[in-house]
Amino acid sequence: MKYDTIIIGGGLSGLTAGIKLAEKGKKVAIVSLGQSALHFSSGSLGLLGQVGDKEVSSPLEAMKELDENHPYRRIGIDCVAALAKEVKPMFAAAGMSLDGDETVNRYRLTPFGICKPSWLTFSDFITFDKNEPSKIKKCIIINFKGYLDFYPDFIADGLGRMGVESVQATVSVDVVERLRKSSSEMRAASIARLLRGDVIDALAAEINRVADDADADTVLIPAVVGFDSEKPLAMLREKVLRPVYCVATTPMSVCGTRAQLLLRRRFEQLGGIYLLGDNVASGKFASDGRIKSVMTTNLGDDEMEADTFILATGGLFSRGIVADPHKVYEPVFGLDVRAPEDREQWYERDFFAKQPYMSFGVSVDEDFHPLRSGKAVGNLYAVGAVIGGYDALKEGSGAGVALLTALYVANMIK
Amino acid sequence: MNKKGYPKSYDVIIIGAGATGAGTARDCAMRGLSTLLVERFDFTAGATGRNHGLLHSGARYAVTDGESASECIKENMILRRIAAHCVEETGGLFVTLPEDDLDYQKLFIESCQKAGIDAKALDPAEAIAMEPAVNKDIIGAVTVPDGAVDPFRLTTANVIDARRHGADVLTYHEVVGLKMSNGRVTGVEVQDRSTGDIIAIESRLVINAGGIWGHGIAAKAGIRINMFPAKGALLIFGHRVNNVVINRCRKPADADILVPGDTISLIGTTSSRVPYDSVDNMDVTQEEVDVLLREGIKIAPSLAYTRILRAYAGVRPLIASDNDPSGRSISRGIVCLDHATRDGVEGFITISGGKLMTYRLMAQWATDLACKKLGVDAVCLTAEKPLPGSDGAKDRKQTAKSHIIELSTDQKAALGRHGSLAEEIKFGDDIDDSLVCECEQVSVGEIKYAIDKLHVNNLVNLRRRTRLGMGTCQGGICACRASAIMAKRFGNVAALGDLRSFVNERWKGMRPVGWGQTLVEADFAAWIYEGVGGLDAGDLKSTKNDALK
Repeated sequence: MKYDTIIIGGGLSGLTAGIKLAEKGKKVAIVSLGQSALHFSSGSLGLLGQVGDKEVSSPLEAMKELDENHPYRRIGIDCVAALAKEVKPMFAAAGMSLDGDETVNRYRLTPFGICKPSWLTFSDFITFDKNEPSKIKKCIIINFKGYLDFYPDFIADGLGRMGVESVQATVSVDVVERLRKSSSEMRAASIARLLRGDVIDALAAEINRVADDADADTVLIPAVVGFDSEKPLAMLREKVLRPVYCVATTPMSVCGTRAQLLLRRRFEQLGGIYLLGDNVASGKFASDGRIKSVMTTNLGDDEMEADTFILATGGLFSRGIVADPHKVYEPVFGLDVRAPEDREQWYERDFFAKQPYMSFGVSVDEDFHPLRSGKAVGNLYAVGAVIGGYDALKEGSGAGVALLTALYVANMIK
Repeated sequence: MNKKGYPKSYDVIIIGAGATGAGTARDCAMRGLSTLLVERFDFTAGATGRNHGLLHSGARYAVTDGESASECIKENMILRRIAAHCVEETGGLFVTLPEDDLDYQKLFIESCQKAGIDAKALDPAEAIAMEPAVNKDIIGAVTVPDGAVDPFRLTTANVIDARRHGADVLTYHEVVGLKMSNGRVTGVEVQDRSTGDIIAIESRLVINAGGIWGHGIAAKAGIRINMFPAKGALLIFGHRVNNVVINRCRKPADADILVPGDTISLIGTTSSRVPYDSVDNMDVTQEEVDVLLREGIKIAPSLAYTRILRAYAGVRPLIASDNDPSGRSISRGIVCLDHATRDGVEGFITISGGKLMTYRLMAQWATDLACKKLGVDAVCLTAEKPLPGSDGAKDRKQTAKSHIIELSTDQKAALGRHGSLAEEIKFGDDIDDSLVCECEQVSVGEIKYAIDKLHVNNLVNLRRRTRLGMGTCQGGICACRASAIMAKRFGNVAALGDLRSFVNERWKGMRPVGWGQTLVEADFAAWIYEGVGGLDAGDLKSTKNDALK
């Protein structure tokens, strides 16, 4: 099998590159092991939320302070600004709406009631302007009875800090109540699968009842609506008499799962081949150092050939980077990974400090070609979390780097 | 009465709520002494919570220390009776590897039999059939009555029974001074760690059961005890590799015992002298991890590819005999000191040395001495009376629900953890049977029970009482859920601060083994707590809502 481009890794970064290339009419295959970081999404995509100890208001401005090897600096800030505008339309084409823009961060409300800077947020969720007081006077935080991954007390605290008064209520609807017969079924994905059709009507009636009693002007619910489309939430919003917003739960993430599903569907509709549950085991290199083909676990000896390859395998968590007791390596091509030999230097004692291991990843040149034994691999690009040298967690830049490196690389591939 | 509502004066104050202190409090209270147990942190926070959880048959000591061996086997049989809900009767094997001397086996069996330990040689093939995880190359095997014991449950059961017999219990109260009058100890000064307040409490007798920290407690009365801190490091594996305790049949050395416990297996230990000033902060080193893994794999080869959950280390309080200040002749036996005869200080006893297996006997020795000094004539009943949770009620019907259907998995798990006390856990009403911790099957009801009845102030306490967060996810998801429940009692800011401490406590154990799947889990936890949840090193701000609680 011969493709124009083979993308290794089918998360946010791989899918973005795949969609972009398929839109250009390229023949693209994505090999995906399965779950991606999207499944644990907060509901917001971060561009840049923090530099050093400083919280960032204007991400594009703050990028000037980043190291010149940072992926954003390699792309160039003007180019970042231009590419960032492509994200909303790409999600819209896949059936998802996002709020926010790249010039100024808004605040998202975390499951622990903490406000964090965000760039684009799925329109399910409540966000706040960092400078303007909220127009909401009193909201009601509604949880499903027996659902433990949503924390109304913490959220009420967070709202309090934003000057929003809140009350709390729990509701139950018959079908969802049935989940509770098993003590471990009351989880986000199980609830989301049930919330459709008549169940939405019943839920809306319950929400209206408790919101009337509380005399609240806005309704907040856990983000467990709409497993494979935005429709269920739209239906709920139609039937509830007040504005309804979601607040993030602890994982798994319903809206992240939806994004994974809809982006993949979009990619496939554009003619892309998505090989789910397969793993690229190794690559074959030509004598000029370029990659000729890759071998996967499922296809065995049947080599996959392409002109260009994109490595979008993610960081440690996604096994794009692997740590042994005495070395850190990139498992598919054996690319150069920057990490100290002494394991003691991989960690800080305080879990919440900046952990050196968070920046482990492959080394790339200015065009995002990864290095192998110090030499750039000419027809391979790295995108997203597999790239080393930046701390996506502390910066709040994980989604931004994933999206923008993918768009940038897809533009480069002619 | 002082601010806590406890009396100002007791017959006995026991310092330290490890197994020994809790056992001594139980024994004293059962013999009718008015008793206070004080602990600076939580129950089992010292060596009690940092060992193998091995129900020693005593076989390990049979060759080198016959006295300890026979104490062990006697207490082993007693604990099976009085603490059935804390004990798992796994049986044990002593295996000889090709690199070990098979001649040692003969001496070993003879010594065991001399100490009263039922040790029988077994054909290696039979041993492999009995425990398939064992190295297939073994050249010899002996069965012994080893088992597993849960030190957290055991200590909690002793505390509960001490309380039932009238004892008072203060956790998070540190003894900052001993009250002295005319050369005798007349009580303690304790500092409430949450408020900083110092309270003076009088007693006729003070018993020092502070483990390695007993050294510092005795020093407050101007007394020197020759303690030698010996660090032992262990590794916990992500699932139950073996069902039978596996020991190396050789002279005791590093990493030669693999113990199954609940859902996991433990390999240990190393043994190294450490300076006294380091005992509050035991880090496991890379070298210790390497030794434990290398030797562990020899016993059970599958450890090579089993995920390591965490590493931890405890400190044994070894004591040199009084006529040997150099510490060369260190005993692992029980040391019970009457400081009146030893040092001319009345009203003060130290109970130390020993091991988890002999905690009850240590308590008995200390209480015998206390009764003698106080002129109380009462016999020890701790070897006969079962502990709460093991009082013959394991198969009693538990809830209305269990009349008609079989117990659910989480109810079974709770029954295993709390024995007959599981009756006090609510099931089947409202949200009490929702599962908080899926790895260890801990329900909302069990958490509420622990908060109400088992001195739970934070998530680490909760982990020790219920096993929440001890499973494969190491608290990744369940700690958030538990934190939200704790917040109802302690307030939001305190609960989130505590959640952060809990994650850091888990990280301390993961860091020494931070590669492979363990590092992946840490990375994942970081993304959940900080990435999704926004919890970072910064200040947690309080709001009006919090002040209202």
